Amino acid sequence: MLEWSDEAIVLEARPHGESGAVVSLLTERHGRHAGFVRGGQGRQMRPVLQPGNAVSARWSARLAEHIGNLTLELTGAHAATVMDDRARLAALASAAALCERALPERAPHPATYHGVLALIAALAGDATSGAHWREVYVQWELLLLRDLGYGLDLARCAAGGANDQLAYVSPRTGRAVSLAAGEPYAERLLPLPGFLVGRGGGGDAEVAQGLQITEYFLAKNVFEPQNRDLPSARKRLTQILGLGTA
Amino acid sequence: MAASEIDRMIQLLARLPGLGPRSARRAALALIVKRESLLRPLGEALLRAAEAIRPCSVCGNLDDRDPCAVCRDPERDGHVICVVEEVGDLWAIERSGAFRGRYHVLGGTLSALDGRGPEQLKVGRLLERTAAPEVSEVILALGATVDGQTTAHYVAERLEPLGVSITRLAQGLPVGGELDYLDDGTLSAAFRLRRPA
Repeated sequence: MLEWSDEAIVLEARPHGESGAVVSLLTERHGRHAGFVRGGQGRQMRPVLQPGNAVSARWSARLAEHIGNLTLELTGAHAATVMDDRARLAALASAAALCERALPERAPHPATYHGVLALIAALAGDATSGAHWREVYVQWELLLLRDLGYGLDLARCAAGGANDQLAYVSPRTGRAVSLAAGEPYAERLLPLPGFLVGRGGGGDAEVAQGLQITEYFLAKNVFEPQNRDLPSARKRLTQILGLGTA
Repeated sequence: MAASEIDRMIQLLARLPGLGPRSARRAALALIVKRESLLRPLGEALLRAAEAIRPCSVCGNLDDRDPCAVCRDPERDGHVICVVEEVGDLWAIERSGAFRGRYHVLGGTLSALDGRGPEQLKVGRLLERTAAPEVSEVILALGATVDGQTTAHYVAERLEPLGVSITRLAQGLPVGGELDYLDDGTLSAAFRLRRPA
C-alpha cells in the first residue's frame, strides 16, 4: 500500500459518482496530485473543497498509477476570506486555475506551493498587509514561470546596456533590455515595470505591465504548446483589474 | 423477453440519484408487484411529464405551462428578481416560503476549469428583464462557493449600469447551528458580517 501525508492547497474538485469527488491538490512535497475523496459532494466536504483552501492531506493507493484515495482536513478556509472582494477572489481563482493547468502532475514544485501560500496571505491581508496583493500576484506568476523552467532574466540588459535603467523585456528571449538599448525597438518590446526590478512601489500602470509580461510568456511557453488558451479565470482577473479585455 | 425488460427497468432506475443497482432492483420489484396501483400510474405520469414539462421562457423554471406558475402568479412582487443557479435552488427557496418575488434561473455558474463562460448562462435574458421599469431590486442567491461568488460578482457587474439595487444573501450561522460544529469558512464569514445586537 502506497501512502503519504502532506500539506496542500485545493485546486479543483470534480464530482465523481453520486457522492464522491476527484480532487486536485497542490502539495508541498508531492506537487500537483489528484485523488478520490469519499463524500466529496456532501455537506461536510464541500466547504473544504473550495479552490484556495489549505488542507492536511493523506493519500493512499495500492499501486502508484492508481488515482488513490484522499483524506482531507481543513487547515485554512482561505476561499471564504476573499469571497466578498471580486478582484481578490478572481486572483485566487486565477492562481488555482493556472496551477491546475500548467503544473505537471506528481512532480514536486515547492517554490510554487510556498508562492501560493504567500499570495493567499497577501489576498487575505488587511489594508496594510494586503495593500500590494496585485504586485504579489504578478511576482507569483513570474515565480510560476521560473518553476516551470521559463524564468525571465530581469537582472541585466541583454543588449549590453546599463543595468540600472532596465525598461523593457524582450518577448523573444525573456531578458531585460535597458532604456537606451531598447528605445529603437520600443514598439516590439514589453515594458518592464519598475517594481519587478526593485524600483518603485507598483501601482495600476505597473501591475498592468507586469500582467502583460507574465500573460505573454505563460501563453507562449506554457499554454500554446499544449494547444490551449489561457484559463478564463486568468483573463477575468485582467478584466476585473481594468487592465485589458477578457 | 420479460427478463430483459426487467433488466432495462433496473438499469434505468439505477441511474436515478440515490439509487444503486441493489436499490433499483428492489424498486423495480416493488413496482412490478404493485402493477396496477403504482407501475401503470407512474409510467403514465412519467410519459405525461416528458411531454408537458418545459423550461419557462421567462425565468427558466420547469413547469408544464409556459410561463410557469411563479411567473403567472399576479400576487408575486414584480419589483424583485431573485437570481439562482439551478431550478433546484428555486424550489428550495419556494419551500422555505421566504420570498414572494420573481425568479431567474441562470443555468449554472461560471467555471474556469469546466470552461463554462458567460455565454453559457442566461445573463442576457436577466438583463432584459431587469431593464423593465417595474424592477427595482435583484437578489443574487448564488452558492457560497468560489464559482458561485465569481458568478455573483460577474452578474452584479453586468447589472450595475441598469441602476437597480443589487443584493446578495447573507452568510453566517445556520439556524440550529452550534459554533463548535461550524466549518471555519462559515465562522469567519459570520464574524466578518456581524451586526449590531
